[in-house]
Amino acid sequence: MATFFGEVLSVYSRAVEEDEEDLSCENEEDERIRSDMEQKRSVQVEWCPQVQDSLDAASDKTLQCSQFIIAVGHNATGFLSAYILSSRRWDSVGSVSLWNERSGSGSHRSDVAFQEQPSCVFYRQKDSSSVLICQCTCYIAEDQLFQWVEKVFGCVQKRGLSVTVLSDCPLSEFRCSKSLYSSTPFLRALKSSAYKTQLLCPLLEQPNIVTGLPAAVLSYCQVQQIPAVLYQCFSDITVPDSVTMETYKPALSSLSTIIKLDPCPNADILKRLLKGSETQSNMYT
Amino acid sequence: MFISLENAPPSFKGFTLIMPAVSVGNVGQLATDLLISSLGMPRVGYLHTDCLIPMAGNNPYAVSGESAAELSTNAEVYCLSDVRLTVLQIRAPVIQTKSRKFRKLVLSWIKACGFDKTIVLSSSHAYQRDDHQLLGTPLRYLLSPALEQEAGAPLKELEYKEMERVSAFPGIDGSEERLYIPGGGFTKGLYTDSCSEGVRMAVLLIFCSEGDNIPDAFALLNCLNDWLHLAGKPSEASSQWKVPVSWRLLFGSGIPPAIF
Repeated sequence: MATFFGEVLSVYSRAVEEDEEDLSCENEEDERIRSDMEQKRSVQVEWCPQVQDSLDAASDKTLQCSQFIIAVGHNATGFLSAYILSSRRWDSVGSVSLWNERSGSGSHRSDVAFQEQPSCVFYRQKDSSSVLICQCTCYIAEDQLFQWVEKVFGCVQKRGLSVTVLSDCPLSEFRCSKSLYSSTPFLRALKSSAYKTQLLCPLLEQPNIVTGLPAAVLSYCQVQQIPAVLYQCFSDITVPDSVTMETYKPALSSLSTIIKLDPCPNADILKRLLKGSETQSNMYT
Repeated sequence: MFISLENAPPSFKGFTLIMPAVSVGNVGQLATDLLISSLGMPRVGYLHTDCLIPMAGNNPYAVSGESAAELSTNAEVYCLSDVRLTVLQIRAPVIQTKSRKFRKLVLSWIKACGFDKTIVLSSSHAYQRDDHQLLGTPLRYLLSPALEQEAGAPLKELEYKEMERVSAFPGIDGSEERLYIPGGGFTKGLYTDSCSEGVRMAVLLIFCSEGDNIPDAFALLNCLNDWLHLAGKPSEASSQWKVPVSWRLLFGSGIPPAIF
């Protein structure tokens, strides 16, 4: 919706339309358009040849991995890029490709720096395959979330698997009876019933909920009884920033034995991640 | 697809199923929330489907710090075996293109479980009421032919009104009459499917407007309780309903002190 002042707001109405009249009377052409559309919106997972070979060789067509880390949003992916993936011991091994109404437009200004990169990329350590990282910065439509999770988790062996999700969220979506602006950014956690490890931050309080990819991943893990935890970072800054990225540091401390966290972020990567937002905010540069 | 919490799936044979329709003001969902929290119903499983938008949160009915750390999803099933009652709660909108698939899924699950009867809690736009509907109570019911004989008389005794069929072309006498539930989401579709497939289904609905719909939820649940006596005697029930912790801050966060 565009308002009087021209800004675009996503508005939710709780008014529900009555279902459209029975669709059975629609003609063949409508049906074909509908199925073409569905085809176009389908989610594809691609692996590099080496990983694809090992997938094909495995008896149950899945990858073995003990830790699956999924980062959603620019700050969460930025954190992984600057603190973990910068160590050169990581290879990109695959990606998820999908199309929806927001693909390829790049109209959102913070997307400028990320336009050239594919939107969901998998990484694995060169010398060990026990950790799989997925970086996701693209918009995944509501009807694609379930499919994304089914297809990606279809490639990963469930036995011995543990999932960690890092995700960004604007502070305006956090509901709380007292003001929290002085303590931002902060982390909140949500875990599946099978996750027994000590949490490193407070639980997400009622009545807050999570939506989008983190919710889809957690729901899947909950029903499949996979241990999973979500660390959601609430920040009042709308563009990627280094302070918000640093907030995720404690979230991975329980994994410190298998994932080495650089004590300092890689300056080059950080600079590249933050550049897009800096130039946008200053009309003289 | 129903996924049971335990290894052995529970048997719902002969049970009563209560479920909401995702409809205007979320009245059905609020009433279902109230019912689950008031009766302290334990969760027995999930409805895991691609037809609903994913959402997750901590236990919406938490009473203590311990019970808060329990992940809940967009569609969950609760059950009290001793009173033969099962409740399906839906917490997210249905994806528009998958509405029909969702109806089919729910109906086939109802049939497979062998529920004695299903009661759908729903709502409809108050502003679309026609002249006849404006008079009297905002509560309405609908019964599928398979349930009509058993439940018709008790509901009439309680002086509840059946949902009126409205004229397809208002103002023209003798024009075709049809069932019209604006703002009711999948209510009408599910009801007509259950009629044609011989499923015993009742729809209880209330005319409402969007806003603070908590009073509507109480009214709808009291109406259900007058019929089925789920929580004590009808007269004292409304004080027994327990508002869940997830209803806090319905109108947003507290006021930031910086604005003063």
